Amino acid sequence: MASQAILGELKEKLAGGAKSACVSHGVLVLEIDPAAVGATALLLRDELGFDLLLDVTAVDWLGQTPRFEVVHHFYSTSRFVRVRLKHRVPEEDPTSESLTGLYGAARYMERECHDMYGIAFRGNPDLRPILLYEGFLGHPLRKDYPKEREQPLVPYRR
Amino acid sequence: MTEPVSEKLPNPIRPAFDRIEGEELTVVSIGPSHPATHGTIQIIAALDGEKVVRADVHCGYLHRGFEKECEDHTWHNLIPYVDRLNYCSALINNFAYCGAVETLWGIEITPRCRYLRTLLSEYARIADHVTCIGAIFMELGAMTPFLYLMTLRDYIYEHLANLTGARITHSYGRIGGLARDLPDGWLERLEEILREYEVFVGRAHAMMDRNRIFIDRTRGVGVLTTAEALDWGFTGPILRSTGAPRDLRKDTPYLAYAELDFEVPVGIQGDNYDRYYVRMREMDESVRMIRQLVDLLPEGPVNVGDHRCSFPEKRLVYSEIESLIDHFKLVMEGPRAPAGEVYVAHEASNGELGFYVVGTGDGRPYKIHVRAPSFVHMGGMHRLLEGYQLADVVATFGSMNMIGGECDR
Repeated sequence: MASQAILGELKEKLAGGAKSACVSHGVLVLEIDPAAVGATALLLRDELGFDLLLDVTAVDWLGQTPRFEVVHHFYSTSRFVRVRLKHRVPEEDPTSESLTGLYGAARYMERECHDMYGIAFRGNPDLRPILLYEGFLGHPLRKDYPKEREQPLVPYRR
Repeated sequence: MTEPVSEKLPNPIRPAFDRIEGEELTVVSIGPSHPATHGTIQIIAALDGEKVVRADVHCGYLHRGFEKECEDHTWHNLIPYVDRLNYCSALINNFAYCGAVETLWGIEITPRCRYLRTLLSEYARIADHVTCIGAIFMELGAMTPFLYLMTLRDYIYEHLANLTGARITHSYGRIGGLARDLPDGWLERLEEILREYEVFVGRAHAMMDRNRIFIDRTRGVGVLTTAEALDWGFTGPILRSTGAPRDLRKDTPYLAYAELDFEVPVGIQGDNYDRYYVRMREMDESVRMIRQLVDLLPEGPVNVGDHRCSFPEKRLVYSEIESLIDHFKLVMEGPRAPAGEVYVAHEASNGELGFYVVGTGDGRPYKIHVRAPSFVHMGGMHRLLEGYQLADVVATFGSMNMIGGECDR
């Protein structure tokens, strides 16, 4: 498989800057230091041809420290491979670096991630709610968010 | 228990701008339920006369906590939920989700299932594109071709109802296979509908392709370059309309796409007309693929018959204890997919539909995230609206084919 060879080559190039690197189910997975997000994304976009930011999300590993794992997916439209960047952010300071300067697509995706997990992206000027509404309390995809909770309603909706 | 109503909340959304200082601009709010658009979306537009100077797009009106709900149900129980993401092509969502879980598990589906899934994905793509194009026509005032295309869509829905038991939300995929095999005579009716397709889509071509009004409303409106499209994360027909032949079916072939002969249609300048035409041509390619697949379709089982994930036959559930236990365990505890994480993407009718699935070895997923093309497209749509007329919002929004179900999840 050609993509396996490309992923192997990318792994060699990127493994130095990462805590761990492996190829899993056809995706190169890199665990990186939170401080290295911007630099790694810049390297991916400008030198390795990853021109599409596919997705920004997070996983809440309740009970582990650091608690949140922020996950980015990138795709290269010239080499047809995907890279997953993962880094952990602590519960006390759930902030991560924004990629809005590199990819326009990051704007909405980071807003969603902020809605759902309360992760603030430094450098994203617009973290207004996108799927939720103004005044929604809490972050629903956190594992400790009670599913049954009722929200304060917007007055005229009553 | 209801918590007290906050007095500080005059509005559920906070627009990016109320007024723009120093300029004589009118700010209008379009939607979330506006007669000229389909789908629930709110566009706050700052107008200079009739021209949109700035636009702020809000979605979320159809948010129903899909991802939260996923964490509380077994792997099988989610199949009806994923139907409701892109409800115009529910089968593609089914197969992308099942594909993700199968990848996590390392299950290889049977050849007949692989070809059938490919065939049905293309069939669903036709239904989706027909809906999108019909809606564009209707919103621009062309009622007749809209009705032609809806007639065709209804043939397809009735035909799929014959196979799956439901017109729109089919719930037909299963982890490791499909709900059931094709009924008798299904492929013959398929060929009849493909011939009807040529008639009805031919009429739409004849009425719209060189129609002065349609061209004036769509040519040179909502223009996008490839570089911008990539920056905003656009995929699918919108990216292809800018001239980039990027299609996951060609670039990272999955299911049976590697064995098919098809082209990737592209546009010239990335405007509304190109987005319309790329969809029209894609449907032709889908028909070509379906005809090849009918010839290639092998005999054999559609399910892998792996007791870890496949339901045993009902006949056996009632007659032998092992199957009864299997059935009980699969329903009550859910199939225990291995721990790990996968990202699997299919080329849905709107673009890259990705499922990011995290499992911890339990009968329920730990996390499911959907990379929904519509949501990403809405993130960059303001670029296509700014600088054009207010009336062009309708045409441009139609050509994006925003599906509320997958956008807001």
